[in-house]
Amino acid sequence: MPAPTTTYTRKTPGGRRITEPALVRWGLTAIALAFLALFLALPLAAVFSQAFEKGFAVYLAAIREPDTLSSVKLTLITAAVAVPLNLVFGVMASWAIAKFSFPGKNLLITLIDLPFSVSPVISGLIYVLIFGRQGWLGPFLEAHDIRIVFAVPGIILATIFVTFPFIARELIPLMESQGKDEEEAALVLGASGLQTFFRVTFPNIKWGIIYGVILCNARAMGEFGAVSVVSGHIRGSTNTVPLHVEILYNEYNYTAAFAVASLLAFLALVTLMIKTIAEWKVREQLE
Amino acid sequence: MKFIKHNNVLPGFGPTMGYTLLYLSLIVLIPLSALVFKTAGLSWHDFISTVTEPRVLASYRITFGAALAAAGINAVFGVLVAWVLVRYPFPGRRLVDALVDLPFALPTAVAGITLATVYSANGWIGKHLEPHGIKVAFTPLGIIIAMTFIGLPFVVRTVQPVIEELDAEIEEAAACLGANRWQTFRRVLFPLLTPSVLTGFALAFARGVGEYGSIIFIAGNMPMVSEITPLIIITKLEQYDYQGATAVATVMLVASFLMLLVINLLQRWSRRYAG
Repeated sequence: MPAPTTTYTRKTPGGRRITEPALVRWGLTAIALAFLALFLALPLAAVFSQAFEKGFAVYLAAIREPDTLSSVKLTLITAAVAVPLNLVFGVMASWAIAKFSFPGKNLLITLIDLPFSVSPVISGLIYVLIFGRQGWLGPFLEAHDIRIVFAVPGIILATIFVTFPFIARELIPLMESQGKDEEEAALVLGASGLQTFFRVTFPNIKWGIIYGVILCNARAMGEFGAVSVVSGHIRGSTNTVPLHVEILYNEYNYTAAFAVASLLAFLALVTLMIKTIAEWKVREQLE
Repeated sequence: MKFIKHNNVLPGFGPTMGYTLLYLSLIVLIPLSALVFKTAGLSWHDFISTVTEPRVLASYRITFGAALAAAGINAVFGVLVAWVLVRYPFPGRRLVDALVDLPFALPTAVAGITLATVYSANGWIGKHLEPHGIKVAFTPLGIIIAMTFIGLPFVVRTVQPVIEELDAEIEEAAACLGANRWQTFRRVLFPLLTPSVLTGFALAFARGVGEYGSIIFIAGNMPMVSEITPLIIITKLEQYDYQGATAVATVMLVASFLMLLVINLLQRWSRRYAG
């Protein structure tokens, strides 16, 4: 499913508008806030409440546990590979798509968005079909003793797939809205192509890149379905943080599960904060 | 590609386009085509009998039914939230606005175990529902709750910019012509919002159908009752039934492509309205 495109919200124009009677306004606001409190705020609070239920010492012990630490390490490695690769792709693709016109552009954008429409489970499955024992490359990989699925490379590949569109889809509309006048001016004044990109384009899309990277990173570190299919679920070796949360939870070790989950919830809050700031900056730039 | 270059002095089209196509093919197109080729290797009879097993059929009903219900809930409350966020200033509005994206940012496994805990018999919400005979955790109702959670931002973020863009003059004109607020909303504003509401509904629906992580913990996963289709794929994989997993996955992939098509058409429609 394609995520909704970023919206650079503007302040309501004018300020004085025809509006509803105060009672209706308060009533609707109360219903909306109650819905959000019940569906969003309460679960968020529950993560931290459960995590600290048995005190700070138990919390720390759960986080310091070696299997937890190794899952954190694997998650960091995965994001450290997947995010930069998708960043390079995102910048390249948005340059080609936003600054040039060519036939089939809409089809290309749709294809880039494709991973958002595919169920995470299928995103993992396709790599099993290629690299698994019965897959296309299975016999070759087995003969050369290379493991891709049920090992770290598979986890990284599946993560790259599910986070593939994030940065590109953020940069394409942003760069399209900025046109190419500034770049053309730089080139006419004698700048090289790369100089033009780094001195002219990059400052304009800086906050867009940050926005895309932070969302890409959140998904890379939090992906569960796709990674679950390609991981061998080997404790301390092929478990990412979300997979480790699942194992702890299924072992009825709820406090530890929520303690580790709270790390991911904290990451989500930081992500939302940076995302909000980046949105303001992009909006400022566009105005 | 000469016809592109003659009116464009910017460099780098060749290498960036080449890299884009290469990376897209390696990461997305070739792996996805593996699914199609594997399915093509099945006989038509095997394919049909696999994807129409009673347990698989029940999972379609559960998955698509719950996604429909969740998207419906989100269509109502998502529009309300978007309307309140745009039109009614209240203290802390920016904070609430940022919080709406929580389901995007919160890993699905975390959402899953949290919702399962909150709605279980002695959880924060579950303990108030259980005495009334309402069981959420480990029932199809739990699936709807999880899908509502993950789908909410899709409706809000699709409808919100359209409400922001609404021209104040339209409402003033309606008022001048003697319409009251409700008439204005029903006859003037609602038709303007419809395309974006439908788009948001379709996006939330599509997301719900494919969702896995946030559902499996709260669903109970009972065959025929609360087993979703993505879980069927995983179960078949774990039993080394690659053909079965591939067949069911193909059905889901076709369904999501159809939804993608519908969403694209809806977006084109709503853009024409917003134009």
